Amino acid sequence: MSGQEKSWKELTIAAVSPSSSVNFLTGDWKTYMPVCDFEKCVTCLTCVMLCPEGAIRWKPELGQITFDLSFCKGCGICANECPTKAITMNMPEKEE
Amino acid sequence: MVQHQVKQELFALNGDEAVALAVKQSNVDVVAAYPITPQTIIVEKFSEYVANGEVQTEFICTESEHSAISASLAASATGARAFTASASAGLALMHEILFVTSGSRTPVVMAVANRALSSPINIHGDHSDSMAERDSGWLHIYVENAQEAYDSIIQAFKIAEDSDVSLPIIVGLDGFTISHTLENVNILSDEIVKQFVGERVLPMVMTHEGKTVPFKLDPDNPMTMGPNVSPNYYFEFKRQQEEAMRNALKKIQEINLKYAVLSGRSYGDGLIDTYQLADAEIAVVVVGSTAGTLKVLVDELRSEGIKVGLLRLRTFRPFPVEQLQKALKNLKAIAVMDKSLSFGGLGGPLFNEVCTVLFDLKQHPLVVNYIFGLGGRDSNPTGLRKIFENLQQIAKTGQVENVVHYLGLKE
Repeated sequence: MSGQEKSWKELTIAAVSPSSSVNFLTGDWKTYMPVCDFEKCVTCLTCVMLCPEGAIRWKPELGQITFDLSFCKGCGICANECPTKAITMNMPEKEE
Repeated sequence: MVQHQVKQELFALNGDEAVALAVKQSNVDVVAAYPITPQTIIVEKFSEYVANGEVQTEFICTESEHSAISASLAASATGARAFTASASAGLALMHEILFVTSGSRTPVVMAVANRALSSPINIHGDHSDSMAERDSGWLHIYVENAQEAYDSIIQAFKIAEDSDVSLPIIVGLDGFTISHTLENVNILSDEIVKQFVGERVLPMVMTHEGKTVPFKLDPDNPMTMGPNVSPNYYFEFKRQQEEAMRNALKKIQEINLKYAVLSGRSYGDGLIDTYQLADAEIAVVVVGSTAGTLKVLVDELRSEGIKVGLLRLRTFRPFPVEQLQKALKNLKAIAVMDKSLSFGGLGGPLFNEVCTVLFDLKQHPLVVNYIFGLGGRDSNPTGLRKIFENLQQIAKTGQVENVVHYLGLKE
C-alpha cells in the first residue's frame, strides 16, 4: 500500500465520504485552460454566473476574477460568453 | 432447551399471512410495496394492520416495484427498519435498486413469494425470479413451509441489521405452495418477538467532519451516502460487501440457535438442513417446499432398506461452502434439484454451485441435476422417486449417463 491509499479494511462502509467534495479535485483532465486579459475585462461577472463548475470567483480584494483550475474542466463557456472577449482558452504547454 | 421455551399460540395461516404477522411483530417503521401475485396477501394483510391501528408503521403505496424498493432503501438509510415484498416481474423491476440497496449497506428485509417469469405469462411457483437476483448482493434464505416463513422473517431483521453484516435479505417462499396454503403456525407473543428482534443497531461511521456517528441520514450529523466512486476505490467497497456476506454465515447460525432456545424450532444449522443424511449413500439437494415431499419419500425408501438422505439448502447467499463439503463428501451419488433454468448453461444455478464446492475435494460424489417444477409444475412423490432410482443406478455403476434431467416434462 503506497502513500495515502487505504486498504478495503480501513474504508468506511458503503463509501460514506470520508472527506468533503471540496477536497476531491476534479479539474485535472482538462485540455484547454482559461486565461483572462485584465486589460479587456470589465468585471461584468457574466463568466462567474455561467461557469457550470463554480470555478470562477470574484475576488473583491484583488478587483479581479480568479479561475480555480483544480475544478475547471476547460469547457470554454466563459470564453464564449465573455462580452469583451477578455477570456481565451489556451492549450497549456506540455512539460517536456 | 425446552425449559426456556416461551408460550406460543397455534394459528391457521398461509405463508403470506405468516410473513405479514412476523413483520407486524418485528416493529417495522416503514413498509413500501406494490402488489403482485403470489405476494399480494402479505402487503394486503399488513395494510389491514395499518388501517386498524394495530401497528405504527408508515405504509407507502408506491406506483411500481422500482419505487417500492427505492422507498425501502431510503427509509433504511435514515436508520428506520424497512420491509417490502415482491415476486416475479415485480422483483425483476427492482433489479437495478437491489444492487444499490446492498451497496448502500441498507438492511432492508424483503419477502419474495417465488414465481415464474414471463413469457409465457405464468403466476405459479418456481425460483426463476430470485435466482436471477443471485448476484445482487442480497442475502438469500429459502423456507420450507409457513412456519419457517414466519420464523425466518423474524430472524431476517436480526441477521440483516447486525453491525457486522448490514446487508439486505430476501426470504423466499414458494409461490402458492407456501404463500397460499393454510398451515398450522406456532406464533410467539408480540412482546417476545419485540424483545428478540430488538431496536435496530446502527454501525458507527466516520463522516467528512471527522465525527464518528451512527450510520444514518441525520441533519444533525450530515454524511454523504451513495457517492460516485472512481476506479481507485470501487473495488474495495465490493470486497467489503463480500466480507459482510462471510460474516453473515456465522450470524445466521448464531441467530438460528438463539431462536431455537426461545421457540424450540431450528432449521438445521440455519444454513443447511439435513434429513437422514449421516449414513446415507445417495441423497438429494433441494431448496424450498419440495423438501417436505422429499422427507416423506426418504422415509418410504428407508423403510425399503435403501440408504437415502436429503439436504435442504436454507441459505443460498452466503453459500455455505464448508458445510456443504462436509455434508456431501462421503456420499456416492447426489442429485441437485433446480426449480429454475440457466438457459444455455450446464444445468441450473444450484447444480452449478454445488458442483463447484465439491470439485476440489479429493473424494466427492457423482452429481446429476434435475430441473423441475417450472411454472408451478407439480412434483409428487411418484415423480420424485425416479430421482432416487437413477441415483441408485449411478451409485451401483459409478457412471453418469445423463447430467441434466427434466423431471415431469412431457417428452
